[in-house]
Order: sequence, then C-alpha cells, then structure tokens
Amino acid sequence: MLITQLKTADEIKSLAGSKTVIISCEGCKEVHFPAAAAGELQKDLLGSGTASKVIRTEYVCSPENLSVQTKKHMDKLNAADTIVVFSCGVGVQSVSEKFAGKPVFAGCDTLPLPGYQGVTPLEVDCDQCGECYLNSTGGICPIASCSKSLVNGQCGGCKDGKCEVDKEMECAWDRIYKRLDKLQLLDSMKYPAKLRNFAPGS
Amino acid sequence: MRISELFARGEFVLTAEVGPPKGFHLDHLLHEAEEFLQDVHAINVTDCQSSVMRLSSLATCKALKDKGLNSIFQLTCRDRNRIALQSDLLSAAFFGIDNMLALTGDHTVMGDTKQAKPVFDLDSVSLLHCVKTLESGVDLAGNELDGEPPKFAKGAVVSPCSDSVDVQLAKMERKVEAGAEYFQTQAVYDSEKFIRFMEKAKQFKVPVQLGVIIPKNAGMANFMNNNIAGVSIPPEIIEELKADKEKTKAGVTGVEITARIIKECKDHCQGVHIMALGWESKVPALLEQAGLKGS
Repeated sequence: MLITQLKTADEIKSLAGSKTVIISCEGCKEVHFPAAAAGELQKDLLGSGTASKVIRTEYVCSPENLSVQTKKHMDKLNAADTIVVFSCGVGVQSVSEKFAGKPVFAGCDTLPLPGYQGVTPLEVDCDQCGECYLNSTGGICPIASCSKSLVNGQCGGCKDGKCEVDKEMECAWDRIYKRLDKLQLLDSMKYPAKLRNFAPGS
Repeated sequence: MRISELFARGEFVLTAEVGPPKGFHLDHLLHEAEEFLQDVHAINVTDCQSSVMRLSSLATCKALKDKGLNSIFQLTCRDRNRIALQSDLLSAAFFGIDNMLALTGDHTVMGDTKQAKPVFDLDSVSLLHCVKTLESGVDLAGNELDGEPPKFAKGAVVSPCSDSVDVQLAKMERKVEAGAEYFQTQAVYDSEKFIRFMEKAKQFKVPVQLGVIIPKNAGMANFMNNNIAGVSIPPEIIEELKADKEKTKAGVTGVEITARIIKECKDHCQGVHIMALGWESKVPALLEQAGLKGS
C-alpha cells in the first residue's frame, strides 16, 4: 500500500507552464489518492488558464497502458509545454520516459503504507520516500535509480555512463544530467545541499 | 595547519596520500612518511580506501600529527550516518586536525566486505554543508555546540578526465556552494584534458591540485583504464611503460611520466596531490624531477 499526498498548491502552480496538460491517475486500489483536493487544484489550474486539459486515467505506471490511455489526447500532449502528473512516483517516471523531450513534474509525494504493494512488474521503481525529488531531476528518480541513492549529483564512480556497482547499470545522475540538459533545465539541479529526512512518519 | 591558508598566501601546495594498514601497527607508515614525505605540505589519509576495512583515517592523522606532520582527514559517507560523521569531525578538532577532505565514498560492494550496509546518509555535498554548519556553532539538528566551534580547511574531489566531465563540473559547483575551499583531482594522465578542464573550473575561483598516480607498469595502467572511473591513460604512456621493463620496474619510467605531466600542468593549477599507492619512496625523486623540491 502507499499514499500519494498532494504537494502544496504554490509548488504545483510554480511548476506549471503556460500550456500545461495534467495527467491525473485515479482508480488504483493500492493507493490512497486525495481525489477531492486534487480535483479542486486541477479545476483551479484550468480556471486560471495555466492548464489546458486534465486527462483522468488509471495505471499510467504501465508504459503500455499509458500509451493506450493517452492515445486520443496526443495532440494536446504534443502541444503542451509542461505535463504535471498526479500519481505515485512510478507513474510520474513512466510519463517522463514517454515524454522525455518535455518537462514532466510530479504533483504528489509518495509515502509508504505497510502491506500488499501489487504485482505489476515495471522498469522503474518508487521507494515511497515521501519527499519526491522528481521535479528537480527531470523525472528520473535518484533514490530508486542511483545505487547510493544520492540526492546531490553524480559521485566519482561513473564510467562510460555506467555505475561502479554494475557495468550493466546506467548511472542515474548521468541520465538526469542529460535529460535536464536536453530540456534546458540544468538550473533545476542547482539547489542548496539537500539532506534526506529519514525520520519515521515525516 | 590549515592548507587553505597556504592557498590564500599563493603557495603551490603539495600533498601526498597514505593508506592505513589492515591492522593497528603504524610503524611502517610513519617511518615512510617521515622518510619520504617531509617535503609536502600535508599528508592525506584515506578512509578505508576502495571500501576495504582498515585502521581509521582519524587515528592515522593523529599519529602523523604526533610526529609533527600535517595531515588531511579524508572522510567518506559510506560507513557512517550524520551522527557519526559529526562526532568524528569533533574528534578530529579535539586532536588538532584541521584539514578535511569530503568524499561520497566507493560503494561497499567495491571492497572486501560486500555484505556491509552502504550508509550514504549524507554525500560529499551535504557533508561539506555539515562541516560548515558545525563551524557556525550548531550541529545538523540545530543544537548549539559547547564552546568554540571547530574550523577546518574543507576539501573535495573532482575527476577532470571523466568521460562525463560536464556532470562532474556541475557537481563541483554544488560542492563549492556547500563550502569546498580546495579541490584535489582524480589521477590525470592527459595534460591537455586537464588544462581544458581547468579553463572551465577556474570560474569557481577555488584552488585545484592536480592529482597524479605514479604508474607502476603497463598492467596497472590497463587495469586502471578498465576499472577506475575518471582515469584514462593514453596508449602512448602504456607503450612507454612497456618499452624498458627493468626501468619501469625500478620506478624510473613512472616517475618520468608523472614529472612530465606535472610540468605540463603546473601553470594551470594551484598545487599537486600525489597518490603514491605504496611507492612513497619515489616521491622525493618525483618532486625533484618536476622541479617542485623546496617550493
């Protein structure tokens, strides 16, 4: 089980561009999703003209399903300057992989709940760390994809784009840098030293 | 003494590195340091280098200090959480050790104790931030320290010859912002690459020491090329090491190559950091050939 918790309205509004499309992933039985509060916020973004469309869907975590679900909205999505995703961390990463040339931001933080997680085998992972980093890392998770879960950039162990731990494993921070470079968002990496919060329930 | 003061005076700062033993007998290390490393400004002590369990960097720094040698406390984030890191920094201050070098550290699976939990509660950037926080008189929890806060020369590392050098430069900038006052580089074998790197790195306005490893033979060079991130040894150097096996075995070729790299790079940096990897005895000859003796 996991909980998705909305980021603050101010943060979400600051991420949205002028032609934002919102993908709102609903209906996953393992997730507690703050549907009412998210709906209010999405209505707000539509009303103010920052968002042009809300796509209500489910299971965007699965790349195949994401393709099926977004097929009829591709014109809007291609025209968007930003995509804001309301889902767990896996969903945001699946969307950012599919739309790698566009800034994809998370509208939620993902927190853990004990119990059954579901069984969908997927390429990407979410550690449910509760302080989603995806908005400053181009939609690639440094917690789940970096072998040291580093949050402040690449260590000295990257060789030919691969991790020192496993020559088959891509260096997450190499990917993050390249993605941000392509999106011309390298400045989003220039935050002050970040320290993870490991306090339970935080 | 803090090596940041030497950089501030415009000195060309020389450092060398020693690795503590697997055991608690330091006689050999101390003898070599006294015998061969008198001409460097400070001696780095590695922190369980390559994730191999050894005597601590802190104890070795203290032993060097007792011999009148200036040391640099290398601190990785691999084995300790932020409580232990802060505690060790205070312990270093207590011993009068006032140079530190912040590293993220190799992953535990790189070493001889693969079953160990990799910690990485902090990383090189947040560790620098942590030192700066302690220097301000509070700890990371925001609680006040008793008495005068510690003060360190805060160092960090960067890989100028990494195949992802732009990613390294981005991290370097973060380290500078977090408080890094000087940099030591991963081993350089390609002077042109280093000089190009320095052209970009000089915008950060922090002193950089060229890192060098004296190559022992072609096998070691090939090994580093294949396995050590950020190190790339050009084929000409490998050929040079192969040319006269006796000369190479005696360390003469390695010292010649390293001295040449230092001479090519020294006008572009603010010091040299020598990682002798057991060849501490070659350091005096290297300094002599590179024209750095008595500097």
